Amino acid sequence: MSIRERLSGNEAVATAMRQINPDVFAMFPITPSTEIPQYFAQYVADGKVDTEFICVESEHSSLSACLGAEAAGCRAVTATSSAGLSYMNEVLYVAASSRLPVVLAVACRALTGPININHDYSDSMAERDSGFIQIYAENNQEVYDNYLMAHRIAEHESVRLPLMVCEDGFITSHAIENIELEEDDKVKAFVGEYNPENYLLKKENPLAVGPYGISPYYMEARVAQAQAMKNAKKVILDVADDFYNTFGRRYSFFEAYKMEDAEIAMVIMGSSAGTAKVAVDKLREAGVKAGLVKIRVFRPFPSEELCEVLSNCKAVACMDKSEGFSAAGGPLFAETAGAVINAANRPKLIDIIYGLGGRDFTVYAANSVFERLQEIVKTGDVGEVYTHLGQRER
Amino acid sequence: MGIKAKDIHEDIAWQDMTVGCEIYEPGTSELTKTGEWRSRTPVWNPDVCKQCLMCTPYCPDSSIPVKDGKRTDFDYDHCKGCGICLEVCPFKAITWKDE
Repeated sequence: MSIRERLSGNEAVATAMRQINPDVFAMFPITPSTEIPQYFAQYVADGKVDTEFICVESEHSSLSACLGAEAAGCRAVTATSSAGLSYMNEVLYVAASSRLPVVLAVACRALTGPININHDYSDSMAERDSGFIQIYAENNQEVYDNYLMAHRIAEHESVRLPLMVCEDGFITSHAIENIELEEDDKVKAFVGEYNPENYLLKKENPLAVGPYGISPYYMEARVAQAQAMKNAKKVILDVADDFYNTFGRRYSFFEAYKMEDAEIAMVIMGSSAGTAKVAVDKLREAGVKAGLVKIRVFRPFPSEELCEVLSNCKAVACMDKSEGFSAAGGPLFAETAGAVINAANRPKLIDIIYGLGGRDFTVYAANSVFERLQEIVKTGDVGEVYTHLGQRER
Repeated sequence: MGIKAKDIHEDIAWQDMTVGCEIYEPGTSELTKTGEWRSRTPVWNPDVCKQCLMCTPYCPDSSIPVKDGKRTDFDYDHCKGCGICLEVCPFKAITWKDE
């Protein structure tokens, strides 16, 4: 039986970690992810887990400690946000290329500057090419569920890649919502034990991790790593199927909301999707064929599947909650454009940068985006492709 | 896991590489001929050498083999030509030769 509770996103992540009881948690605090190790420290003090809880001196060190623990054969976890994730940057790439399946909870927060502690995806999007799998959540239930699936995806023998479980800083990490928790023993049975075939502490079989890869080997190693990311797509769906059969909640690469006959649509991520769905519902009541795609898995990016679901639309707005400073649009726009580029009837595409540094995103704002899409359909004119939404202007 | 370090060479396909370039056995540095990096070569003169064995423990690449209590000629497959042995030799029994 599921347990009805009310928890913040951070407490939901910490609860999932307690249920999984990882071997190592190397922690360094940063807002808004600090509560995750804070709750977990209490579980350690109360004897509810037997995790080795290591307080280190920086995020570079926390991920490095996780990397060492994983190489030694342990299941290792940590959590961070914003500048902390940036400080991990070097080690993120080492974890991914060494194929060590660390699971990293990220409460996504703006990057400086100006210095800001509120939500956007500047931190996680800056690491989209690090080789980590990235899974995003709309609400507390999703971040809990994503965490329960994370280790199985990351540790799968055809994948072996580290994974970020992303939640929206403060909006999801701190807001308390109703949630269905699963029982400890059922979670443990679902996630399973971590038994890697090779590891540093296996005395019968000495192992070297992270050797130097000169030019005759580097390319082959990268192709193998790219293949692992492709392999992750099937594993993500398989684990989601098992999750549905076990706990009854259905997940895929993205949620297609009222997309069956949609002519205009929004591609969006995280908590903003909940707001935008209200706008979709209102438009549907007024007879407008509006829909929404909420991207859950950003790495690996579900290009073919997204192309299929968008191919019948006439106009699509990509909603980027990070400024890539490309002067041509944000990362979600670039990925979506790449996904639909070879479709026979591809939609007109625009990019909207919104919600930076915690700027509020309202139903009214979402509706204004759909109005622009309706105008594009009516006139056939895309207008300015890359614009910002919600800023004060003269 | 079945793959040995000696089987990893510059002609194998990416599918045959180990996951994350892991190596599943010890002592594989012997397979890598780091002597190729050398730009100058230390030369041992056994007539001058007093067999004090000062050079052997100083060699960072274990490239001065000792047999029956006496040093033998350099392991040029692995000597990188750092010259530390020249510096520590009290009898100038080791000299440079350009590669």
